[in-house]
Amino acid sequence: MSQETTAHHSDHHDHHPTGLARWLFTTNHKEIGTLYLIFSLVMFFIGGAMAMVIRAELFAPGLQLVNPDFFNQMTTMHALVMIFGAVMPAFVGLANWMVPLMIGAPDMALPRMNNWSFWILPFAFTLLLATLFMPSGGPASGWTLYPPLSLQGGNTLAFVILAIHLMGISSIMGAINIIATILNMRAPGMTLLRMPLFVWTWLITAFLLIAVMPVLAGAVTMLLTDRFFGTSFFNAAGGGDPVLYQHIFWFFGHPEVYILILPAFGIVSEIIPTFSRKPLFGYTSMVYATASIAFLSFIVWAHHMFTVGMPLGAMLFFMYATMVIAVPTGVKIFNWIATMWRGSMSFETPMLFALGFVVLFTIGGLSGLMLAIVPANFQYHDTYFVVAHFHYVLVTGAVYAIMAAVYYWLPKWTGHMYDERLGKIHFWWSTIWVNVLFFPQHYLGLAGMPRRIPDYAVQFTEFNMISSIGGFMYGFGQLLFAFIIWKCVRGGQKATAQVWEGARGLEWTVPSPAPLHTFDTPPLVDDSVAVHKDQLT
Amino acid sequence: MKRTNELIVALAVLAVIVVITWGVFAVGDNMPRGVTAYSKDVYQLHNTILGIVTVIGILVFTAMFTSVVVHRKSKGYKPASFSHSTKAEIIWTAIPVLILVVMAVPATRVLIDMEQTGGAEMNIKITGYQWLWRYEYLEDEISFFSAMDRASNEARQIGSGINPRDVENYLLEVDNRLVVPVNTRIRFLLTADDVIHSWWVPDLGWKRDAIPGMVNEAWTEILEEGVFRGQCAELCGKDHGFMPIVVEAVSREAYDAWVASQRQSMADAAHESARLWTRAELMNHGANVYQAQCAACHQPDGSGLEPAFPALARDGRPTGDLAAHLDVVLNGRDGTAMTAFGGRLQPQDIAAALTYARNAWSDEEGEVVQPSTIAELNQG
Repeated sequence: MSQETTAHHSDHHDHHPTGLARWLFTTNHKEIGTLYLIFSLVMFFIGGAMAMVIRAELFAPGLQLVNPDFFNQMTTMHALVMIFGAVMPAFVGLANWMVPLMIGAPDMALPRMNNWSFWILPFAFTLLLATLFMPSGGPASGWTLYPPLSLQGGNTLAFVILAIHLMGISSIMGAINIIATILNMRAPGMTLLRMPLFVWTWLITAFLLIAVMPVLAGAVTMLLTDRFFGTSFFNAAGGGDPVLYQHIFWFFGHPEVYILILPAFGIVSEIIPTFSRKPLFGYTSMVYATASIAFLSFIVWAHHMFTVGMPLGAMLFFMYATMVIAVPTGVKIFNWIATMWRGSMSFETPMLFALGFVVLFTIGGLSGLMLAIVPANFQYHDTYFVVAHFHYVLVTGAVYAIMAAVYYWLPKWTGHMYDERLGKIHFWWSTIWVNVLFFPQHYLGLAGMPRRIPDYAVQFTEFNMISSIGGFMYGFGQLLFAFIIWKCVRGGQKATAQVWEGARGLEWTVPSPAPLHTFDTPPLVDDSVAVHKDQLT
Repeated sequence: MKRTNELIVALAVLAVIVVITWGVFAVGDNMPRGVTAYSKDVYQLHNTILGIVTVIGILVFTAMFTSVVVHRKSKGYKPASFSHSTKAEIIWTAIPVLILVVMAVPATRVLIDMEQTGGAEMNIKITGYQWLWRYEYLEDEISFFSAMDRASNEARQIGSGINPRDVENYLLEVDNRLVVPVNTRIRFLLTADDVIHSWWVPDLGWKRDAIPGMVNEAWTEILEEGVFRGQCAELCGKDHGFMPIVVEAVSREAYDAWVASQRQSMADAAHESARLWTRAELMNHGANVYQAQCAACHQPDGSGLEPAFPALARDGRPTGDLAAHLDVVLNGRDGTAMTAFGGRLQPQDIAAALTYARNAWSDEEGEVVQPSTIAELNQG
C-alpha cells in the first residue's frame, strides 16, 4: 500500500465508493483499465465459442450441426466480437493502465470521459449479441457488411449499426483521452523522444482511430438509410454503387487493422529489451517506422478489393503502395532481432509470447506480402489463404502481444507473480495448436477452398479436420489463461516494484501492486530514467 | 532444466524449418498450375514469391534463433549495450526495397497481360443470382441457368443421411455446364442480379466479382480439353457455399455440335410454352423446377424459414391468393432475397413451379397455371 500517497489526499480517498458503485462510477485509470481488460477477456471467450461452432461444423464435409444461415451469423459475429470486443478494448485497457504509469502522469487527462467510454461498451455488445436471439437472427453478411447482401437481412441490421456507432463513440473518446494524456501530462523531462515505444505506438494508433472511426460511422449510416429510409447510396437500381461502400469501408478497414497491431508492436518493443537486458535497438527508427506504417495505411485500402474490377493504374498503385509497407515493418522486425542480438536473454512467459509474436507475425506479414501481388491475389482472394493470413497477424500477432503484456504487467497490477510454470505451459500449448489450427488453412486456400462456406468439397476434408482439432485444443488451452490470471489475482509470490531484472521505465518505480493513485507528485525524468536511450555509437 | 530449455528451442527451430519447407513443396503442388497461359504465369509468379518470402523467413528466423540459443543469460552471456547502427539500418532498409522491385516487375507484367481484354473471339455474359449462375453466349444466342446438381443438394441437407464422400464431385457439380471451345479467346462479361457474387475457377487463374449494376470484364483462353470446377467466392447469402461453377472445355467441333443441340432444345422450349399442358405434366415438371429454384429458401415441403423466407403452404392450403403469388414470382419482392423470376425462367417452368406450389401440399385440388398465361403476363 502507498500510505504516503493516500495520506496527502485523504479527502477523496476516504469516500471511495465500494461494491458495484465503485466500478460504475470510477474515474481512476487503473480501475477503468481493469474493467476494459476483464470485458475484453469475456468477449474473447464469447468470440472464441463462436469460432468453436465454426470449426465444429467444418470438421467434416456435409452439414451436421448448424444451418448455413446460422453459420454465416457465427462468422460475422465472431469477427465483430473479436475485433471490437476483444482486441480493441484490451489495447485500450492496457493504455489506461500503463500510459499514465509510463509517462509519470497521475491519471488520464479526462477521467470522467474515460468512465463513459468504457461503460458504453457493455451496452453496445448487449445490443450486438442480442440480435442472435431475435427472430431474423444476427447479422450474416460478414463483418464487412457489404451491401446489397447486408440490406437483405431483417431489422436486426439497425441494432448492429447502433452497436457499431456506440463502439465508435467509445473508441473515439478513448483515443482523444489517450492523445490528451500523452501530449499534456508527461512528467517534466519526459520528452517525446524519451517516451516508451508502447506510448508512442498508442499515440499514433489514437490518431488513426480518430481519423477512421467516423468513416465507418458514415458507411454504416448510409447502410441504415438505404435499408430503412429509401435512399440509394449503394443500390444500383436507384443510381447507387455497391462498390462505393467497399471503398469507404476499407478506407476505415485498413487503418483499422493497424489499430489492431501498432499497440502490439509497442508491447513487444517493451518486453524484448527487458528480457534481453539490453536497450531497444534503433528507438528512433522504430518511431519513424510506426509513423510510416500509419501513413501508408491510408493509401492501400483497395488491396482488399482487387477483384471488384478496377482500372489497371489503380491496381498497380495499390499493389506498389502495399508492398512498400513491408519496408517499415521489416525495419521493426530487424530491430527486435538486433535488440536480442548479444543480449543476455531469459525466457519468462512474457518473453516467450513476444518471441512467438515475432516469428508468427512475420509469417503473417510474409503471406501479406504475397497477397499484395495482384495477379496472384486473383487466386488467393476470398479463400482460406486469406483467413490463414489474417489469423496469423491477429491471433499470433495482436492476441499474442496482449497475452505477453498481461503476463508482463500482471505482477505490477496484482502485486503477485503469476504461476510461471503454468504460464509456460500456456505458451507452448497455444503455440503448438495455433499453428495446427491456422497453418493448414494456407493449403486449403491455395487448393481452392473459398472462405465463409459452411460445407466443402471432400478433397478439403483432411486439412479441415487438422485445423479443427488445432482449434479445439487452442481454444481449450485459453481456459488455462483465465485460470492463471484468477490464480494470480488471488495470491502468489509477492512481486517487487522492479518485478523483472531487466525492466526499465517509470512503471517499475512504483510499488507492486501499483497503488490506486500514483505520481501525484510528478517524477523528474532524465536520461537515466528514460526507458530507451537511443545511444549513438 | 537448462538442457530441456535448449531442447525445446532446438525442436521449435526444427519445427519451423520443417513446416516452412513442407509448405514450399506442398503448397507448390497445391495451387493449380491451371490450363491457360495466364494461370501458368500466375502459378510461376506464386512460386517465385513464395520462394522469396520463404528464404527471407528462414534468414530472419535463423538470426533470431541463433541469438536465442547463444545469447542467453543461463549461459552467462553478458549483454552488450549497443542500441544503434546507422549502417545496419540503411542495409536492412535498402535490401528489402530491392527485393520488392524484383517481385514487382513480373507481377506488373502478368497483370498488364491479364487486363488486355480485347481481341475476343467470343463473348459470354455471366450473371450471378442467389444461388445459381446464368450464362449467355452473346454470339451463339444461347442462354441457360447453371445450379448445383441434385445429388449434392440432397446430400448437403442437415440429417440427409448421405455421406458426401459417396456423392461424385460433391458440391462441385452443376445441372448445366458452361461448355466452351478450347484455344479460343473468350471474353467474359460479369454482372449480378441481386447481391455481389464472385466467379472463380482456379484452373483459369483468376476470379472476378459479379456486381449488380456493373459489368466487369475478364478473359481466358483454355489450352486443354477437360472439366474445370470452381465456386462462388464472395459471400452472397445462406447458400453461398452451394453455387458451383463447372466449365467444360471441348474441341471446336464438339462445341459446334453442342451449340446445335442447345438451339434445338431452345426451339422445343418455345414450342412447349405455347401449348396447353395437363395437370400431371405441370406437377411432374414443377417438382423439378421447385427443387432447383425454390426449395433452398422455401424448403422442399413449402414450410419456408420464417421470417426471412415465408411458408408457401400452411394447414393444407396455399398461403395467399394466386394473383399475389404470381406477382411475387414474376416481379420479385424488393428488399428481400426473392428475385424476379419473370425474365429468368421459361414460362412453362414458372407455370409448372406455381402449379406445383399450389397443389403439392394442399388437401384439395388447387389452381393450375398454364405456360401461356405466364407468357402473356411477361409481355404485359
